Amino acid sequence: MTAPILQMRSISKTFGAVRALRDVSFDVQPGELHALMGENGAGKSTLMKILSGAYVADPGGEILFAGQPRHGRGDGIAVIYQELSLAPNLTVAENMFLGREGQAMSLVRRGMLADRAQPVLDRLGVGFSAQTPVWRLSLGERQMVEIARALTSDAKLIVMDEPTTALSTRETERLFDVIANLKAHGIAIIYISHRMEEVYALADRVSVLRDGIYIGTLDRAELSAARLVSMMVGRDLGSFYRKEHQAKPPSGAPLLEVANLSDGKRVKGCSLSLYAGEVLGIAGLVGSGRTELARLIFRADQPAGGTVMLGGRPFGAHNPREALAAGLAYLTEDRAGLGLFLDMTISDNVNVGVIQRDAGAAGVLDRRKAAERAGSAIRNLGIKAPSARINAGSLSGGNQQKVLLARLLETQPKVVILDEPTRGVDVGAKSEIYKLIDTLVGKGVGVIMISSELPEIIGVADRVLVMREGRIAGEVRPEAGQPISQEAIMALSTGAVPMQEKTA
Amino acid sequence: MSETATKASDPGALGLRGMMQILGMLPVLILLAIAFHLMSGKFLSVNNLSIVMQQASINIVLAAGMTFVILTGGIDLSVGSVLAASAMIAVIVSLVPGIGWLGVPAAMLAGLVCGLANGALIAALRLPPFIVTLGSLTAVRGVARLLGADTTVFNPDLPFDVIGNGTLFGIPWLAIIAVVVILGSWFLLRRTVLGTWIYAVGGNPEAARLTGIKVPLVLLFVYGASGFLAGLGGAMSAARLYAANGLQLGQAYELDAIAAVILGGTSFVGGVGSIWGTLVGALIIAVLSNGLILVGVSDIWQYIVKGLVIIAAVALDRYRLKGGART
Repeated sequence: MTAPILQMRSISKTFGAVRALRDVSFDVQPGELHALMGENGAGKSTLMKILSGAYVADPGGEILFAGQPRHGRGDGIAVIYQELSLAPNLTVAENMFLGREGQAMSLVRRGMLADRAQPVLDRLGVGFSAQTPVWRLSLGERQMVEIARALTSDAKLIVMDEPTTALSTRETERLFDVIANLKAHGIAIIYISHRMEEVYALADRVSVLRDGIYIGTLDRAELSAARLVSMMVGRDLGSFYRKEHQAKPPSGAPLLEVANLSDGKRVKGCSLSLYAGEVLGIAGLVGSGRTELARLIFRADQPAGGTVMLGGRPFGAHNPREALAAGLAYLTEDRAGLGLFLDMTISDNVNVGVIQRDAGAAGVLDRRKAAERAGSAIRNLGIKAPSARINAGSLSGGNQQKVLLARLLETQPKVVILDEPTRGVDVGAKSEIYKLIDTLVGKGVGVIMISSELPEIIGVADRVLVMREGRIAGEVRPEAGQPISQEAIMALSTGAVPMQEKTA
Repeated sequence: MSETATKASDPGALGLRGMMQILGMLPVLILLAIAFHLMSGKFLSVNNLSIVMQQASINIVLAAGMTFVILTGGIDLSVGSVLAASAMIAVIVSLVPGIGWLGVPAAMLAGLVCGLANGALIAALRLPPFIVTLGSLTAVRGVARLLGADTTVFNPDLPFDVIGNGTLFGIPWLAIIAVVVILGSWFLLRRTVLGTWIYAVGGNPEAARLTGIKVPLVLLFVYGASGFLAGLGGAMSAARLYAANGLQLGQAYELDAIAAVILGGTSFVGGVGSIWGTLVGALIIAVLSNGLILVGVSDIWQYIVKGLVIIAAVALDRYRLKGGART
């Protein structure tokens, strides 16, 4: 092999008490496509942000680019992020040279910019001109502009973070042609993707990160889906949570039946059944449409098609208010942004969903009832707070989550959808939330739990649906005496195995 | 309160900011009153305080409505114009023989209609409150001029002039109305479902929707309430003057109302604030106007001083918000 264009040695990164990366080493050859894989939160994006200079690594590591030590930002490396960073009001050419127009006060010479941009665009074979305003382009075309921008900066190394998520099949094929072309010109590419098929099609080597640790690198010849999946998930079994409830195999009529639900964008014809007294897990990678599906069922967003049956009857809610009244509750994954009223008291936060039901004539608050509800929520859920009159915003993450859960439970739901219920929650509060889920299903409530943490979903759920690209990719059930296989979940999420034809 | 709550078990650790959030601008009001008394020697007399209260009353009523609106994170720029139109209607109706006292409810109804129109545009069409009420500020001003054919309407025998110039046990009726409005607003905000919803919508509109709160209804209510109270303010103004002029009446009143609300510590972002703060804020503005006159400050300098005080108060608001930053 020739000398690597990039060497990262012993890179670590800590955020407060969290070690996002631990002693990661990684190298890239010129003209190679090096794929980077790993679960959500494995540290891929952090590593790339250190490479681009957006983050500074902890002392002790070293980055060598083209043989030279590299600190922070510099020429030669271009990163194409998942969130596109174009200015839609400007033209393609202006975007390509944004920040590199020359002197701030000198006139931007549109004609000259376009003349320089057009050959690059021609090389990419795109169907729009340098003078097109970016807002007229599709997401896929914008991705091409990003790549064109990277090329005009004379990058020797291009990082692509999930570049195909927004692309159509044809745009993806075009992108693959462009990548082959770039490689032929000796440009190295780091390619982050969750999609097994793309990695198979493109990668010369694949490296895997897990929990911030470098696990290993496979050459193209050694690639196998089974090996990659086990590298991505391999975990000690000690961290597993063991559920206390024991759901009987589903029988009778389902409590909640979703058929062919879609929103026309991120959710494509999803069907599922939930039975009373069970926890149905929904796994899948970030962006696979899990939250969007939950919001559709709860009617936080309006579905474009499909039906929902609740308790054997058509579920006719048009908005969250009616969904709650019908006995369906949803815990948002974004508790500060979409859940809590941080400037209001714990009591108000717990009671806000039911105050109207409790209120006396003319909507006068029943303050004794509210105090009772808040008091019992604090006791039953173990919310650590000196009183119910303090603001929710001052609580820790775990206690905030319990306040939000308490609000849901006050509405006496029959079906509860929990979206990442333990995100940003400490270990103690986690196990209390798991216990609460156990209690709920013990009372015959049906629980849907969305989680990105495989050990959690395996420990808590009775069966798991896996979503990929807006569809239910398949269902994983425990075998007799064995827990649910996380390899099976990971294989379905990444597309290492094809989607199952029909799911329960 | 939020930043003190982390150490809520330790009330001794409140600090300057904590005290400021509990007491708000009350110390400023008291200090101003004492300072003006020391400088003029006649500020703290029963007679003068009665005048201050009378001068503050209409702004208090407008600011109460503005408090509802700002608590939801909105703004109502139209209250001055609505007040003018309602005052015109109050005087015009008062001229009808036999049913002249109906001028008061007619003014309140007119204000309510204007407010509901604002609210409907904001809640149903989701137009930005600033734009909608900026539009109605101009449009309703036009309506007010149209009502009197662009002249001043008089009624020297106003049937409800007691509101504007009478007293009850020595207390001006205007002041009594203002206090009743404040008490009613307090009850609504703190003791009813609707009040909790207003704080919730201002604190986190999307969470409010997901919690099942009827957000459009809340918005319709706050703009309706603001309009209704502007209508009441119109009736009060007409009763005091025995006349109304569509062009001049209520000019820039919305600015005084907004200033009172902000001085009272209600956050412009919504969700945080109290009606007591608004009362204190409106009194500060009235005390400033009255005191500066007593001390003999010229009209021009009064503007400058009042403006600077408002800016200082908003700076204080920022400081408080920063203190309340959460993890």
